Amino acid sequence: MSSKRPEAVAAIAGAMKSSVSRRRILQAAGLGGVAMVAAACGASGADDAEATGSPSAASAEDMSDTDKMLNWSNWPLYIDIDDESGTRPSLEEFQKQSGVTVTYTEDVNDNNEFYAKVRTQLEQGQDIGRDLVVLTDWMAALWLQNGFAQKLDKSLIPNSANLLPAWQGVSFDPNRDYTLPWQSGFGALGWNKAALQEAIGTDTMSSLDQLFNPALSGRVTVLSEMRDTMGILIAYQGNDPSNFTDDQFSQAIELLTQQVDSGQIRQVTGNDYAGALESGDVIAVIGWSGDMIQLGEDFGVALPETGGTLWTDNMLVPALAQHKKNAELVMNYYYDPAVAAEVAAYVQYISPVAGAKEAMAAIDPALVDNQWIFPNEETLSNSYVFMTLTPEQQDQYERSFQKAIGN
Amino acid sequence: MVAVVPTSAAAQPASVMAQRRGRTGYLLLFPGMAWLAVFFAIPFVTLFLTSLQKPIPGKPGKYTSGLQFSNYADALVEYWPQFLRSFVYAGIATLLALVIAYPLAYFIAFRAGRWRGLMLVLVIAPSFASFLLRTYAWKTILADEGVITSTLNSLHLLPDGRILNTGIAVVAGLTYNFLPFMILPLYAALERVDPRLIEAAGDLYASPQTAFRKVTWPLSMPGVVAGTLLTFIPAAGDYINAELLGSTKDRMIGNVIQTNFIEFRDYPTASALSIVLMAAILVLVFTYIRRAGTEDLV
Repeated sequence: MSSKRPEAVAAIAGAMKSSVSRRRILQAAGLGGVAMVAAACGASGADDAEATGSPSAASAEDMSDTDKMLNWSNWPLYIDIDDESGTRPSLEEFQKQSGVTVTYTEDVNDNNEFYAKVRTQLEQGQDIGRDLVVLTDWMAALWLQNGFAQKLDKSLIPNSANLLPAWQGVSFDPNRDYTLPWQSGFGALGWNKAALQEAIGTDTMSSLDQLFNPALSGRVTVLSEMRDTMGILIAYQGNDPSNFTDDQFSQAIELLTQQVDSGQIRQVTGNDYAGALESGDVIAVIGWSGDMIQLGEDFGVALPETGGTLWTDNMLVPALAQHKKNAELVMNYYYDPAVAAEVAAYVQYISPVAGAKEAMAAIDPALVDNQWIFPNEETLSNSYVFMTLTPEQQDQYERSFQKAIGN
Repeated sequence: MVAVVPTSAAAQPASVMAQRRGRTGYLLLFPGMAWLAVFFAIPFVTLFLTSLQKPIPGKPGKYTSGLQFSNYADALVEYWPQFLRSFVYAGIATLLALVIAYPLAYFIAFRAGRWRGLMLVLVIAPSFASFLLRTYAWKTILADEGVITSTLNSLHLLPDGRILNTGIAVVAGLTYNFLPFMILPLYAALERVDPRLIEAAGDLYASPQTAFRKVTWPLSMPGVVAGTLLTFIPAAGDYINAELLGSTKDRMIGNVIQTNFIEFRDYPTASALSIVLMAAILVLVFTYIRRAGTEDLV
């Protein structure tokens, strides 16, 4: 999820030295478009939706062999980039090896926003002009439920055997027939060390009790991504974010509402919190591991003792994509441990590829034991993948979450 | 004129000419009308129809056409606080903008002399930077450790001990962002006021205050009305300022519409909210124009 990566943001905010929520910008820019699409189609997608719901996605005639190209949509700054030339070395190498020309577009900025953009076409059974997209677990699950993803031909992706066990057997795609993970990351506690020291006399955090310490009143933010914030709160209350009841969710909403109403939680944001942490307006947050690491030494990051969240962004081939085989080739390429390590070393997110850790030794030995890139069992056992929600639950939970945060 | 010019066209009966002229008028109107039809009328009708859609049972997030008027009632019951807040914030911002803009426009119109052009450019110049970036800049300006907040804090003037992420910041952001839309119409109106009228008022023993009240202010009314409308209407529908500068307690109706469109994919509710917002603004504007007595100016 892009709202987790601050560089694009820094690029936009430029000299202001404030991190911008890409998500919100895109929404700001995209809302007009969304409204327009909704209006122009009379949101007729909604009517046609009755016809969909079958899990088998339509496939188009595969042009891969004659048409050596691939349209790939990914989140911004989620792949290795050569800072000097601005090219993407691993992708360049793939193009050289395979002869496939890749149009790589960083236009997935927010799951909901991206879905809003292509939903009408998907529901009306049209090609969305993309052969490979990268979506977070729950959004990927939604696509699978609606039959918007094509089954992968694993014979073309022998390297998919390198998928680490932790990423196998997810509930929305038990055999990984439709999706392969791209990268993962954590929802965690983050803080400004100096400011925290001043406020509560320590520069480390390990518990949400500290986050809710009255000394930090009005200097705390949480994420607007429902799964990360609620997952961490549910775990804090001693329940299991991977398997909870409506009551337990309501209980966590109560806690959130209480902290919002009391003024303890100042704002609920996308990755805006990075800028607010830097300026000192905000001292402690529920944020994303990658953001916090990229902020540097003056800032701390830790999974709460009670547990953090673990999310994964998945590659999948949309229905009617015209270059499915090329998409499978690129997936296979990125599941080569050496290539996976190259990407992880740059983006500093978790690589789901077995062998990437060993390959990392050749690239940057210092990163081999980095728990945020190659978490060990202990770290992983302290993080939860948010429960897969039915569409009803999704609707109900998202509404009560948004209500709690003032929407 | 037609009658005295002996051209071949003039030889035609006047009624044909009139008809042709009428046709030209319609032809000239066509692009504008087509634009309105395609980009306003049709979307508006579909927006209205969307607002009446009903959910498909058992399929959350899916809707089918219907006549679900209760969408409106539900939206209002759920979101009236955000509606109210939008109008209050936009109202205060408009008032502040008027108070700030009037003296400035007055100065530019009457006192700026050869600096007039430059000052007008300076009024517009901030708009060259993106709206979003300018709003972000306010986060820095109003930061907790910033000069403004620390100064006000040392005077114990801030109940929350901060400005950023409060209603004050949202209103400040709205005022700032829409200020040029207030200044320019005011300037246009004031610039047309003949200074000799003010002199004449003085000659007739009016104090400067009376001259302003009886001459300048009434003559600038078209600018005041246009300025307040141009400020109030976008401010009431704005959501960027509340999003970036406000807290969870400062959400405006724009935020709620956005949440419904994108997070919930609840197009009917979002459409109903949009239409209620439009209607409410329309009613407010009509009442206001009636009161201001300047129907013919807008």
